[in-house]
Amino acid sequence: MPSVTDILDTMAYGPAPEVPDEALAWLAAHGRFGHFCNGAFTTAGPCVACVNPATGSVLAEVSQAGTAEVAAVTAAARAAAPGWAAVSDHARAMALMALARALRKRQRFFALLTALDTGTPIRDAFENDLPGAIRQLTYHAGRAETRESDFPGRVPLGVVGLVLPGDLPLPMLVSHLAPALAAGATVVVKPSEHSPLSALAFAELCAEVKLPPGVVNVITGDDTTGVALAAADLDAIAFAGSAEAGRSLRAALAGSDRALSLSLRSPGLHIVFADADLDAAVEGVVEGVWRRTGPFPPAGARLLVAEAALGCFTEKLVARLGRLRAGDPLDHGSDLGALLHPGRRDRVEAFLAAAVVAGATCVRPEMALPAAGAFCAPALLLGTEPANPCYGAEIPGPVATLTSFRTPAEAVELANSARSGLSATIWSENITLAHDIAAQLVAGVIALNTAPLADAAVPSGGMRESGAARLGGRAGLSSFLRPAPVPACPEPANAPASAGETSPKALDKAVTAARKAAGWAEKSTAARTEALYAVAETLAARAGALADRLAASGHDRAEAAQSVALAFRVAALTDREAGTGSAARAQMLTLTLNAPWGVIGIACPAAQPLLGLVALVLPAIALGNRVVALPATALPLADLTALFHDAGLPAGVVTLLPGPRADLAQALARHDDVAALWYAGNVTGAAEVTRESSGNLKALWCPTERDWSAQSLADTLEAAAQIKTVWIPYGA
Amino acid sequence: MTSPQPRNPGTALTLPWFEDIAVNTPATEARAARLVATRPLRGEWRAAWLVNAIRCMDLTTLAGDDTPARVARLCAKARRPLSDPVRAALGLDRLTTAAVCVYPTMVRSAVHALDGSGIPVASVATGFPSGLMPLSLRLEEIRHAVGEGAAEIDIVITRAHVLRGDWTALYDEIAAMREACGAAHMKAILATGDLQTLSNVYKASMVAMQAGADFIKTSTGKEAVNATLPVSLIMVRALRDYGARTGVRIGFKPAGGMKTAEDALAWQILMKEELGRDWLAPCLFRLGASSMLGDIECALESHVTGRYAASHRHALA
Repeated sequence: MPSVTDILDTMAYGPAPEVPDEALAWLAAHGRFGHFCNGAFTTAGPCVACVNPATGSVLAEVSQAGTAEVAAVTAAARAAAPGWAAVSDHARAMALMALARALRKRQRFFALLTALDTGTPIRDAFENDLPGAIRQLTYHAGRAETRESDFPGRVPLGVVGLVLPGDLPLPMLVSHLAPALAAGATVVVKPSEHSPLSALAFAELCAEVKLPPGVVNVITGDDTTGVALAAADLDAIAFAGSAEAGRSLRAALAGSDRALSLSLRSPGLHIVFADADLDAAVEGVVEGVWRRTGPFPPAGARLLVAEAALGCFTEKLVARLGRLRAGDPLDHGSDLGALLHPGRRDRVEAFLAAAVVAGATCVRPEMALPAAGAFCAPALLLGTEPANPCYGAEIPGPVATLTSFRTPAEAVELANSARSGLSATIWSENITLAHDIAAQLVAGVIALNTAPLADAAVPSGGMRESGAARLGGRAGLSSFLRPAPVPACPEPANAPASAGETSPKALDKAVTAARKAAGWAEKSTAARTEALYAVAETLAARAGALADRLAASGHDRAEAAQSVALAFRVAALTDREAGTGSAARAQMLTLTLNAPWGVIGIACPAAQPLLGLVALVLPAIALGNRVVALPATALPLADLTALFHDAGLPAGVVTLLPGPRADLAQALARHDDVAALWYAGNVTGAAEVTRESSGNLKALWCPTERDWSAQSLADTLEAAAQIKTVWIPYGA
Repeated sequence: MTSPQPRNPGTALTLPWFEDIAVNTPATEARAARLVATRPLRGEWRAAWLVNAIRCMDLTTLAGDDTPARVARLCAKARRPLSDPVRAALGLDRLTTAAVCVYPTMVRSAVHALDGSGIPVASVATGFPSGLMPLSLRLEEIRHAVGEGAAEIDIVITRAHVLRGDWTALYDEIAAMREACGAAHMKAILATGDLQTLSNVYKASMVAMQAGADFIKTSTGKEAVNATLPVSLIMVRALRDYGARTGVRIGFKPAGGMKTAEDALAWQILMKEELGRDWLAPCLFRLGASSMLGDIECALESHVTGRYAASHRHALA
């Protein structure tokens, strides 16, 4: 050890390692882990090694589940489901509180385990992972307590499979598990084979607090286990992980009655304007990109920097990267630990090489990295043009690309030309500018002048190919509850086609017109309300004629009156759905906004040709969406089109296309520029569109074969928006 | 001990360097809060950093009841900040504080008491602590302190100039003070507790450096709020920006309110993280403190003996 006088020369910091005694003792006591099934660990089967990525040493042996084990675990969860659903909301709340207390007591243990298992710096585990996980449990205890009054008529989903990523294992586990338990579902957790230990330790915690057996089950294994689980007897699957795996899961589940919610790994976005506090921006970007403090799994990042600040910002950022310390994850002074597994380092290196070949300049600080282990120096790719294949690509490592922009409009254009849209930060001291940009970005979580944030009380999730799942807040719980049951209304085997044909070109033209009608989303809610009242009044004026036509084509004339009533209700609600503000954190305003999807394709039901159309199209446009709808009806299309036209809706807001519903719905499913698809035909058709849209991962809602006079309007309005959360810190 | 650091020649008043600056307060506070937690110091390293804090300390007495004897006692402590056994156990041959800081009328006593030690005397001046005296008298006070033997002058600025955005008046005043200092190094006290906003702190820092301040210093110790980490972070960033533009290295002195060994470590971590190792030497970094030394002494004794220390076993300052 150097002497005090030696240190006075260098003024080095010295080591500050945490001794992982507790965690190692626990691992040694277990040795080989079975699955956690029905409240106890099974005998370990064929095992794979679980490796510490910082040292390469084996931490434990974990069982690899096959179909039989998956079936056994799923059966345990299935058996426990009715009992858990029948438990009172208060009892479920107390169970979550007990888990929170138990986790709080074991903070150090879980932090050590996280550092060993994932290479996460111990300080991040202590400061971010654990408090976040405990907060999830206490918050959702509150959600459980008031579930009945918050969601009248809705019932627990049943059995939910949670397929989780290797990054942030404990936060990812608890942020999915807590709402599922609060909602009354039982769960089967499949952690990543790269970091299964947190989930296994958490399972033990569940047994300790005497959670009823079978409510929480954990099954370990690699991707094949995940595939087996997707095929098992579940009611829903929540998947978090790579976009590729999300796509295959969606295709695999098409046609099944298992609901799927996706949270897909997506690169972060950081926009720095010239009027930003550049030092603050540098710190925030470093926290968000190179350090793993954010709430989302690392996936690389895009930095967009104003040309006017490019030189200054880059200089400050490069200097700051040089002061990062990478090393032993158990050392309290490490800013960067190891990557999750060595394969990622190879991917990062290949990625950097490809970016440089395509014209970027790679800047990496000199730093001494431990020889053993999956360590990787942070990297910044300067001058990454959008044409560079690495621009906007997902990469699970400490890498960001930097691209300059000239004007705010160009910043938005660059920002939004991306397949995914999870989190974004905006750096500008000009509040007017910052809010304007926040309004325009296609991203689910936006932070102004702060590193990305999340809180259990605030819905978090992405847009586009980041997946539509929301975790946190009311919306987070909602996805783990079955929608209030609606009486069935069978669709005819062969839906009648509206007279006429739509060529593929005409369909694309309609979508383009709808996209161009973006001004509709920017209108005030007051203006949209007025427009929807005009639609309702137009409809009312023609109700008699429409009733006659319905009767003539063999439908119930009452549909006309029901449609009129519904149209007025939608108009009345239009200016109440903009969103809410909250104060989840001190000195921080949080806006939860209902953002429109953009263009929604709607395949309308044939059984209730007028009511179905009204019940789907009007809520969609009320929230600012534009609609390309396929009315499956014998009613003259001209009459319906005239309805919207005569009410004065701008061109492109609602387009009705003639032709066979099934074919056109599939074409809309495949169309990359249709943000969401609502399919209200039959179950077979729903499976087809699910499959067809698994490539572009568009948001899908399939309210099939139901009586639209009984459908909850609140549920439809909820489907018509994607939540955008904006974090706004303040302080003079 | 004359500082080897070249003097700051200053620049003309250059508004574009600071006029449009906007400091984000929550982000600054977040960074300041994280900074210290991210750089743990343990064992020998912690001891060495505490010793360094003593090396960089302006041991200070600025009280209405100061007497020559009180100042002499402080100076004796500055010469021998640690007991010999503790110093020897740390492997140090010689250790003094960086300077002793007193009122102008106490400079002569301090110079006398420090004779032969090489420890410079710093004097506050310019109507300390409020600075609300006619400029001619304030300049005369500087000349008096320098004449008495002060090698460093800690001036206070007129806060009104900052609050009113009158940068020319502020610049002219500080430049005149710099001239009055002559060979003595000048530390400009911004009294950040009075300036309130971090943007004001940044701007005042930049004007003080443009006007020739060799050090920028947070506080007099008499404001309602004295040295804080967020304020220090902004001043340090301002001096970094000034250095990037001019190539001149400016020193930083937090003062007031820092009482513990942990504070001593926190501010040093700030310096190293934001500026680098060079700013951990007395020529570029001073800690203005009175009671902090006692706490550091206790911490170092504990380090040496392995027992908790009691302050009554240490020499009073």
